[in-house]
Amino acid sequence: MHPAPSVILFTTFSGMGFGLLFWLGISTSAPTGWVAFVFFAIAYIMAVGGLLASTFHLGHPERAIKAFSQWRSSWLSREGIAAVATLLIMAAYGAGLVFFAAQWTILGWLGALGALLTVFTTSMIYAQMNTVPRWKHWTTPALFLILSLGGGALFAGKIAFAIPLLIIAGALQAFAWFHGDGRFNASGTNMETATGLGHIGKVRAFEPPHTGTNYLMKEFIHVVGRKHAMNIRILALVLGFVIPVVLLLIGAGHILGLIAVISHIAGILALRWLFFAQAEHVVGLYYGQR
Amino acid sequence: MTTLPPPSAKKLGLVIDLDTCVGCHACVISCKGWNTENYGAPLSDQNAYSGAASGTFLNRVHSYEVQPPILKDQPAAPAQLIHFPKSCLHCDDAPCVTVCPTGASYKRAEDGIVLVNEQDCIGCGLCAWACPYGARELDAKEGVMKKCTLCVDRIYNENLPEEDRQPACVRTCPAGARHFGDLGDETSDVSILVAERGGFDLMPEQGTKPVNKYLPPRPKDVAPEYDILAPYLEPIAEDGKGFVSWLDKALSALPGGAK
Repeated sequence: MHPAPSVILFTTFSGMGFGLLFWLGISTSAPTGWVAFVFFAIAYIMAVGGLLASTFHLGHPERAIKAFSQWRSSWLSREGIAAVATLLIMAAYGAGLVFFAAQWTILGWLGALGALLTVFTTSMIYAQMNTVPRWKHWTTPALFLILSLGGGALFAGKIAFAIPLLIIAGALQAFAWFHGDGRFNASGTNMETATGLGHIGKVRAFEPPHTGTNYLMKEFIHVVGRKHAMNIRILALVLGFVIPVVLLLIGAGHILGLIAVISHIAGILALRWLFFAQAEHVVGLYYGQR
Repeated sequence: MTTLPPPSAKKLGLVIDLDTCVGCHACVISCKGWNTENYGAPLSDQNAYSGAASGTFLNRVHSYEVQPPILKDQPAAPAQLIHFPKSCLHCDDAPCVTVCPTGASYKRAEDGIVLVNEQDCIGCGLCAWACPYGARELDAKEGVMKKCTLCVDRIYNENLPEEDRQPACVRTCPAGARHFGDLGDETSDVSILVAERGGFDLMPEQGTKPVNKYLPPRPKDVAPEYDILAPYLEPIAEDGKGFVSWLDKALSALPGGAK
């Protein structure tokens, strides 16, 4: 799949933003006043900024309002509704903390649940795709959720939660990569089933439909940079999990915390790039490619 | 609504004969022509006159080489070249429809045709992700999703002569490799064709239940071992006479001469 910057930024920052909102929502010692304002501003810039980034790849962003209508069948529609509902609930909860120094606990819990639901619906947009065997697996929603929780805990300064969550997230990511590598071959879809010509013999793409490229090849057959996948995986694990966990273990402090956060963001951006760049869509088979 | 309607009794679709298709791409051109000039946004091209041309097509013809397995003690069977037109299969269980967040994609309850309402399409591309067949292409100029309409503006169009009320690709195919009809009706010509020729689904394991069917290439003739002209090419006379015969024997008698 084409690793479009808009969706990489969206999934990375929205995930962290909603993760931070989750921890702010359930916190028993939530900040108030200006401190609360800074926390909520960071969360909203990431969550809303990510959502806005995702509209950049739309052909007609001015019609985006229509995307709230098909929640019965569409995970993308459900995500839109969950995101907007969560942001509205958390805005009221945040206003209470910032302006009235009052923690409306029920709103907080409701918003926290909404934040989790939003991240889950995002993950299901990918995990529902039969056409991309690497995504069609329980590890996709599990990873989106735990990365969001871990990153959110890091931003929220919940170090006791951030350390174990980041360790589990790193391990789960490594497992998802390892297991995902074999899923295309295990899916049972190949050139023989794609063409239905397997009963004659081995199928080879002889001539593509056009001499040039097309939308399908640009969107679904992305091979640039795949050869560096292993190095990027190691880099993502080190930046996203190892460095932040080590820094958190060394001790608290704003400078170390900031470095941990920046390292984590870089790591998540790298693994999200891989999430798309390494995802192979079955339509590539019609072009004899993966 | 992007939830799928209950399966319709009428299932309009195409039957494509891989035995007959000669790979001329006439269906590609007639499809692009009709669907650029009629229903919906035109199918745009980008850099059409440069070395890096691309464009939106609703129907593309691939060509595949299929190599039969090499069996022991037998000469390798020649590879077959199979031309393979591919467009929307108007699936019964269309994954492209249910993922649509706006309701722009829908499957018609009355005849099963899968369409896009371009006024509602936000161009998110998710339906193209969900389609295993590459049947949907986002038009780079219009920013909306384009797909085969089964020429819905031809097949019911009473302003056209009756023989033209079929999809442009079917109407134009010079080899008769494309057939249009109701695959929900077991007695229709296309259903009989599918039953007789063993029509099959593409990627059945994806669970999309395509309406369109493909007919397999027929087995190739095996070249006979004997040469049917051989009896007529036998030398007529072994004991020739005259100058040519003497020359033949004389040349053969030379060292290294052919017997």
